[in-house]
Amino acid sequence: MFMNLQATNHAPASWRKRRSTTALQNLAALLILLVLSPASAHAAKISELGDTSIIEQALRFFTFQDPSVRYALAGSMLLGITCGLLGSFIVVRKMALVGDALSHAVLPGVAIGFLWNMSKDPVAIFIGATIAGLLGTVMVRLITQTTHLKEDTALGLVLATFFAVGICLLTMIQRLPTGNKSGIDKFLFGQAAAMGPGDIQLMAVVTVLSIVVITLFYKEFLVTSFDPGFASAAGFPTQMIHYGLMLLLAFAIVIALQAVGVVLVSAMLITPAASAYLLTDRMSRMLWLAAIFGLLAGALGSFVSFLGPNLPTGPLMVLAATTVFALAFLFSPQHGIANRWWRQRSRAKRVQRENTLKSVYHVLESRHTMGEGVSLRELAERRRETIEEAARQAAELRRHELATLHEEGDLIFLTPAGWQLACAIVRNHRLWELYLTNAAQIAADHVHEDAEKIEHVLGDEVVRELERRLQYATTDPHGRPIPSLAEMQRGAGAADKPGDSIGYGKRT
Amino acid sequence: MQTNPIAATAEAVAPLEIHDLTVSYHNKPVLWGIDLVVPPGKLIGIIGPNGAGKSTLIKAAMGLLPLSSGWVKVFGEPVKKNLTRVGYVPQRESVDWDFPVSVMDVVLMGRYGRLGLIKRPSKVDRDVARECLDKVKMLPYANRQISNLSGGQQQRVFLARALAQESDLYFMDEPFAGVDAATEAAIVTLLQELKEKGKTLLVVHHDLPSAREYFDMLLLLNMRVVAFGATEAVFTSEMLQKTYGGRLTILSEVAEAVRQKT
Repeated sequence: MFMNLQATNHAPASWRKRRSTTALQNLAALLILLVLSPASAHAAKISELGDTSIIEQALRFFTFQDPSVRYALAGSMLLGITCGLLGSFIVVRKMALVGDALSHAVLPGVAIGFLWNMSKDPVAIFIGATIAGLLGTVMVRLITQTTHLKEDTALGLVLATFFAVGICLLTMIQRLPTGNKSGIDKFLFGQAAAMGPGDIQLMAVVTVLSIVVITLFYKEFLVTSFDPGFASAAGFPTQMIHYGLMLLLAFAIVIALQAVGVVLVSAMLITPAASAYLLTDRMSRMLWLAAIFGLLAGALGSFVSFLGPNLPTGPLMVLAATTVFALAFLFSPQHGIANRWWRQRSRAKRVQRENTLKSVYHVLESRHTMGEGVSLRELAERRRETIEEAARQAAELRRHELATLHEEGDLIFLTPAGWQLACAIVRNHRLWELYLTNAAQIAADHVHEDAEKIEHVLGDEVVRELERRLQYATTDPHGRPIPSLAEMQRGAGAADKPGDSIGYGKRT
Repeated sequence: MQTNPIAATAEAVAPLEIHDLTVSYHNKPVLWGIDLVVPPGKLIGIIGPNGAGKSTLIKAAMGLLPLSSGWVKVFGEPVKKNLTRVGYVPQRESVDWDFPVSVMDVVLMGRYGRLGLIKRPSKVDRDVARECLDKVKMLPYANRQISNLSGGQQQRVFLARALAQESDLYFMDEPFAGVDAATEAAIVTLLQELKEKGKTLLVVHHDLPSAREYFDMLLLLNMRVVAFGATEAVFTSEMLQKTYGGRLTILSEVAEAVRQKT
């Protein structure tokens, strides 16, 4: 017993660290060991220890100390892994609705499995539920093949009908003398605490089976999911692989029923896989991530449900999975909206800085004097903004070392870098205006708005190309000079000490 | 030695022989009594109006659809026995380009058929895949996710996958649909090269003027074989009229083009 506990205590850590098939197999072996170890300890249920702190409870829960808790946690983790793995294929095959229909279709099978010998025998329920689920998929196929109804309609139809039959049977069982104590109603919303050693053994078998089948036939699942036509032409039994996957899916749903419940089990298939899909663009990584997310969701959901009496496990697991999804949705490097928002924001700020620089350039240009400082009032007038707004933008330029501020901060001097950038922006703007009027025959008074946007996105290569095509023109369509490269370079060589600055027309 | 190109050219048996083939969707025949004997080492265009059964013909030839009647032989054997000698380029739209795989992964799928069940691609397979990517000038994209590709690039990836199959008989479903001019030219060159190596290629095509330039032979199809033969012999206004039934305005234009050029 002691040896077994030692082994199981280390299981979760070794899982997350190692990333190889053998690690996965070791883990599976450890979990089986855990599951098969005799349950002899007599610790109280966590929910009965009212006065302990949440950390103590968590410690107690995740170290597998209590036998009842041990089953719940191990079961939740196993179902999380299986659902994550199979869910990945469901998501990339666009079969999410099939998962939902299948999970509802198994309910009558659960009830009949119970009625078989009037007890919650895991094997009888497993067989009954699997048969019902497969019957449901056969009926969907029958409807789509013999009528012109499409798959979504057929799925909706079968889902509702099977679920209705299941609810009727469950209600009947509840009225039976032994039925109301059976806990069969837990199949609706799930109760991890209701799982016994028999359930866990079954879950371990299904999890190991899923891992082995997916590892062995990864190539086949991949090619038939991506391009079934090509896979068939290359000689793969696409239909058989599809049905194999459906059978594994039915197994995964049936083992998850007890803890998650019929109503929500499809969420355990879809949510971890969808989160993984947002984070990676490789199938193998997606499988790993989905399995880990499923495991986390299972463990967290069952833990929270143990904190209070009679908290349903299913909804809590689904919420845990949704939390992971929300994080992926917000913070995924490629698809996350937080990242996208951040990129947009930094781009907007850059555009603003460049516009401020451009205004400073315009002020200097309009003066035709050697004076190189631009006051905040001049800038504000030019940009048609308040002095405060101009001051804020000047401070922003200083922060990026594009300008220095003098005389109590109301005079702006561009640094060499600022001068260069200002020239580049004005240059981009005027080159683009010239290009539009020359090459695209757009009237001179139509081009300004367009150039306002384009000036910020033109890359060096495009600018060089524009120069070539415009034969190094020196004035824009409105007759204003286009800043030359030499003019820009004047800024680069200037000394960068306080008080030194570059201005329009200034010779350094 | 199945893939030896010299063996393929020296072969006496036809790469593809179809006899009295009928295919139906929902009891409605799409192809009727097709008879076809395809000679080796030819680049053959399959043309015909929409709904003529062009895609259906190549799918049925590969054994992807149930046949209502007739039989198909590939290099003298039922197609199921000679699958490794058959390469396939499906329509680009038939797959989800957001699928989580890289360009390399897709090209490696061309090797899967030879590997059979369970076996994983080896280093040799990776080398072949890399060579094939190089041939279509997509090697720099090997590790990209496929959704970042343009239409022309997607088509090149599909071609690279077919090349990786190292087959003797190729079926291609509209490889020129929606690709840029550079890709179209590259594909034509590639098809010519394959033909010179003794491969036989059947290509579904829908652009009549270019069909005349690209292909050695044409199969004019409209639920039945209207004509099959050398392009010069078959590409006549009379035959096109028969194939398209005079419904398309393009027909008169092309017929005019034919008249002017000949």
